Amino acid sequence: MSQPTAAVAHGKSVWDGGTSPMGVSYGKLMMWFFLMSDAFTFSGLLITYGLVRSSNPSYTGTVEAFKFSSEYWPIPEKVFEAIPFFHGVPLPLVFVGFMTFVLIMSSVTMVLAVEAGHRMDRPAVEKWMLWTILGGITFLSCQAWEWTHFIVGTDTPTMMKIFNDKTGLWETAGVTGAGLSHNQYGPPAFADFFFFITGFHGFHVFSGVLFNFMVYFNAVTGVYDRRGHYEMVEKIGLYWHFVDLVWVFVFTFFYLV
Amino acid sequence: MAHHEPQVTVLPPNKEKIKHLWKIALYLLLLTIVEFIIAFTLHRGPLKTSIFVGMTIVKAAYIVGEFMHLKHEVKVLFWSILIPLIFIVWMLVAFVYEGFMIVRI
Repeated sequence: MSQPTAAVAHGKSVWDGGTSPMGVSYGKLMMWFFLMSDAFTFSGLLITYGLVRSSNPSYTGTVEAFKFSSEYWPIPEKVFEAIPFFHGVPLPLVFVGFMTFVLIMSSVTMVLAVEAGHRMDRPAVEKWMLWTILGGITFLSCQAWEWTHFIVGTDTPTMMKIFNDKTGLWETAGVTGAGLSHNQYGPPAFADFFFFITGFHGFHVFSGVLFNFMVYFNAVTGVYDRRGHYEMVEKIGLYWHFVDLVWVFVFTFFYLV
Repeated sequence: MAHHEPQVTVLPPNKEKIKHLWKIALYLLLLTIVEFIIAFTLHRGPLKTSIFVGMTIVKAAYIVGEFMHLKHEVKVLFWSILIPLIFIVWMLVAFVYEGFMIVRI
């Protein structure tokens, strides 16, 4: 149906035209090519993060005695330990764990939408697409909260040496929250990479939600039934799984290691 | 406007395939839970980092292989996607190594 079959006469090369040597349609192949280029972009960001992080001193003491300082790279479970409605209760990595769960589940509902599309089952496609959109929106909302908390900061400021642009001198001041020039958690690059990498990923999720909505809309209005196949669900599905895949790496390299 | 609905044949759900997909989802969740446990029980060091990287690669393999269906595609496509990733791994190893050299200076 949507998979072109490569029927080739005996003794004739598959690369001579008229067939799909890769065994997938043009659209799906181009989506794979796009995802490869996107993988390189994300790798560029993550590799730069790896370089800068490994070139900063790492914290060597115990987890209990950890204090924020610009002298060393912070340990993630001390930075990301807040969850909504529980102010001041340290629950390390619980919230980001929930976000990971949401994104993995939305990937599952997406793949179930693809399965329904193979069977031309419109109501099932609609149902699973709606769950996927809900998952995406939940993830984005969580990220909005996470960012807000990260930017606003904790109750106690961290004493840090900050370069004053006006006087041209280094001075010690209390810092709360995070910005691009300095943050209370660690070296300036820590917050910079947090904003760039999770922001770039969040933007991918946002565009993914829009694409998912487009697929849902087209399914409801019967576009794919008239077209005779639901291949668009598969193509957007590839993109959505890729976004989940990137999160798996961001989760490991930003929140666990 | 003559607007007639197209004839669509709906096939019954592929129970086996759906079960398989949920099984993969369960593996992914279990791996994430194990990662969590390790995050709070093991001390920081090369061992912990290698365990995390290893588990991340397993999770990535499940997502790309099963959810994105790459494992079941034609071999040419499979290798066209996989081989270029070697360069990313190489670049990552090279740059992190460089980073550790910078901190020593």
